[in-house]
Amino acid sequence: MRLSRDFRGTLVIAVCGLAFTLFAPEVLEFFTIITLSQVIGLAILALSLALVWGFGGILCFGQTAFFGLGAYAYAVTATNIGGSTGAILMAILVAAAFAAILGYFIFYGRVSDVYLAIITLTVALILYSLTRRTSGPEYKIGNALLGGFNGTAAPPLNLPGDAGTVLFPEDTFYVAMIALILAYVFCCWLVRTHFGRVCIAIRENETRAELLAYDIRLYKLGIFIIGAALAGLGGVFFCVGVSRVTPDVFSLSQAAVAIIWVIVGGRGTLIGPILATFALHYLTASLGSQALLNANLVLGTVLIVFVLLVPKGVVPSIIDLADIRRQRRVARSRERRLRLRRTRNGNETAGVGK
Amino acid sequence: MDLVVSLALQILYGIANLALISLGLAIIFGMMRVINLAHGEFLMLGGYTVVIATNNGVNIWIAMLVLAPLVVGVIGVVVERLLIRWLYGRMIDTLLATWGLSLLIIGLVTSIFGASTATTISPPLGVITIGSYTSSGYEMFLIVVTVLLLVAVYATLKLTTLGLVARGTMQNAEMSSALGVSTSRIYMITFGLGAAVTGLAGGLLAPITGILPTIGAVYIAKAFITVISGGMAILAGTATASALLGGVNGIVAFLTGPTLGEVALLVTAIILLRLMPRGITGTLFRKSL
Amino acid sequence: MNRAEIVLETRNLSMHFGGVRAVDRVDFSLSENELRCLIGPNGAGKSTFFKCLTGQLRPTAGDVLIRDVDVTGREPHEIGALGVGIKTQVPNVFEGLTTEENIWISARRWHRSSRARTLTTETIERLQLGDVRSEPVGRLAHGQRQWVELGMVVAAEPWLVLLDEPAAGMTHEETVRTAELIREINRTATLIVVEHDMQFIRMISRRVTLFHEGGILMEDTMEAISADARARQVYLGHRA
Repeated sequence: MRLSRDFRGTLVIAVCGLAFTLFAPEVLEFFTIITLSQVIGLAILALSLALVWGFGGILCFGQTAFFGLGAYAYAVTATNIGGSTGAILMAILVAAAFAAILGYFIFYGRVSDVYLAIITLTVALILYSLTRRTSGPEYKIGNALLGGFNGTAAPPLNLPGDAGTVLFPEDTFYVAMIALILAYVFCCWLVRTHFGRVCIAIRENETRAELLAYDIRLYKLGIFIIGAALAGLGGVFFCVGVSRVTPDVFSLSQAAVAIIWVIVGGRGTLIGPILATFALHYLTASLGSQALLNANLVLGTVLIVFVLLVPKGVVPSIIDLADIRRQRRVARSRERRLRLRRTRNGNETAGVGK
Repeated sequence: MDLVVSLALQILYGIANLALISLGLAIIFGMMRVINLAHGEFLMLGGYTVVIATNNGVNIWIAMLVLAPLVVGVIGVVVERLLIRWLYGRMIDTLLATWGLSLLIIGLVTSIFGASTATTISPPLGVITIGSYTSSGYEMFLIVVTVLLLVAVYATLKLTTLGLVARGTMQNAEMSSALGVSTSRIYMITFGLGAAVTGLAGGLLAPITGILPTIGAVYIAKAFITVISGGMAILAGTATASALLGGVNGIVAFLTGPTLGEVALLVTAIILLRLMPRGITGTLFRKSL
Repeated sequence: MNRAEIVLETRNLSMHFGGVRAVDRVDFSLSENELRCLIGPNGAGKSTFFKCLTGQLRPTAGDVLIRDVDVTGREPHEIGALGVGIKTQVPNVFEGLTTEENIWISARRWHRSSRARTLTTETIERLQLGDVRSEPVGRLAHGQRQWVELGMVVAAEPWLVLLDEPAAGMTHEETVRTAELIREINRTATLIVVEHDMQFIRMISRRVTLFHEGGILMEDTMEAISADARARQVYLGHRA
């Protein structure tokens, strides 16, 4: 019964997402729609980290490494083959393959906690300094110049199999939104499968999972690769939204905001980090345009405040609150019933006594 | 022959540089099991201290060797009291909080001094020429300073009461607090000392790298790798990891250029952690400092 | 002892920590359908011995054989995969998951979805955990958490069961119930139980192995061991 209730929640959210997809272009300005594609890419990144960290318990500080690799792989492939469909697949593949290699060393070496967080973050940072050094004409893959810190151009999406028909920004928005919704539903499904539940169990207690004869290294590697593939997909929509990919995708602050979305949205939920991405992006964007407060200042404060005061994040805290209120309501009604029964019994005994 | 000597010196400088930027981080990690993600910003603050002080007429040597560690050390103590101590025992939250701190410091410095050095503070070029050292002469100086710094930390750990208590805390925090040692105070001093050493490193490196609010990012990847590869033992870890990674980096960079040098450094570290998940001193030299 | 009946055997098993010989050249064997208790004072080496059997520690020297397969130094999940059910000394449960989910994870390792669900329900009934079926295990009382862990062991339908202090921290009633359970498990599986609690051992044991200073001091029935002067010396010497 609980299963079906959970699944109903997923469906409701997916339908809300679809409604947003259909109505947003009617209501919002053209420019906002273009920016939104980019934010959707970031939301998929947040979702991937929510999966890997919130459910897999893998503290991947450098999830942006896969996100950025996906973006670069897309831009380079699309420039070379002149179509976006193969390039999207390539982006997912490259991110997943890189995660498989890195993950092998991490999980089979039983690197965990702080070590894992720092190693993954360092990988992203090294990619940052690597890509920044690729400014010369000698750094090209096929026809695509990597372009150093200016980055490389990311071609727009086109109809599958028809490289000549480029999608309009609204269409790109539709595609990105549908990808996000599908990715979300996929993750919701995944965490309820046997595989997903074992991953959650490993998060809860590695030793117990091992004693139950699960090879935890394999499961961790599995969810790590799936998360990386999703992040790679996010990278595609991000770079298509901006029409460029620069080394900044690998930067320390990009890695930080991904973590902040998950912290704010809440570990252990999938929708929380997605919503947090949209909300915080809106917040920093409007702050940036006012130039009153520095974005780093705000993000840093948000992170510290959440770690100290709301360590569970917004969505789980709301759920907890709702649970407490429901329990109180249940307790109150039970008490009322009991009191009623007692008074009734009391009357009866009183009657008998007479 | 000249080439060999010059290459050797270059590699030696690379190793010293890694040790210098990592030592403060290693002190905090070894004693408190905390990776300070605002480490790069502590380095940056050391650099700013030097630049601002010299622009106001303070002697560059006093600014680098006295003011930078002092200012950043004080900041470290304040940070520990206001932020870190609420999170003892919550390792991951501590990581996250220091990351927030990192962003906060970048934001603050950007708001106060602007996003680039050139606009608000006099050019760092002046800093490089003060003291009339050629750049290689300054590098020699940095190697010597790094060695002295390692010796100083060794002496502190080995000879002082603070060092004794600190070693005890490193081995077993619960045990020392049971023996009546205030771990809270030890942590505060440790964090302050780690920050001071970091500030010193940042100040010393400012003439070479120049300063920007975001300059921390240049250092931290290497500092993180060095400390993680080294493991818990502060000195042995930093020294062995710096030697290994700095050596690999230097040789590969000499053969192929700086880009692959950094990749080689990272790959070495990842393979190393596959073999020794707790770092070099988690497997070898376990009893060392 | 008939060789064909031996299901678990150690040869010359040693585990040293620095200079400390926690387990020192232990030869041990267990035959099918046995219910063996390992006892001994604190520091006798029985828990270290146990951890070498379950793959949580890699022995310094010697071999562990399960059904004549050398499993020395294998990962815990590889030992579990042989059909060995393990309960550790420190309660290891999935705190954030419900009782039902905990047990399901174990059952699902070996069975398809529908069979796993039936098995989960059966196990919950068998352990009388129906009331806390949907409670997160982290919120349960200590004794119940121990039972959830036992439930996880049982739900995997192991043929060999290794339990480290299954009755630790339980009330008398709970201990009695646990003893019943262990005898019940013994109907279908061979067991090793590490215990401190002598009363508990009297409730379940047939044959007892007494550990002392990293080695096996004697192996006999509980009555014989209770009556033995050396055994009493070992216990009293350490209690004093």
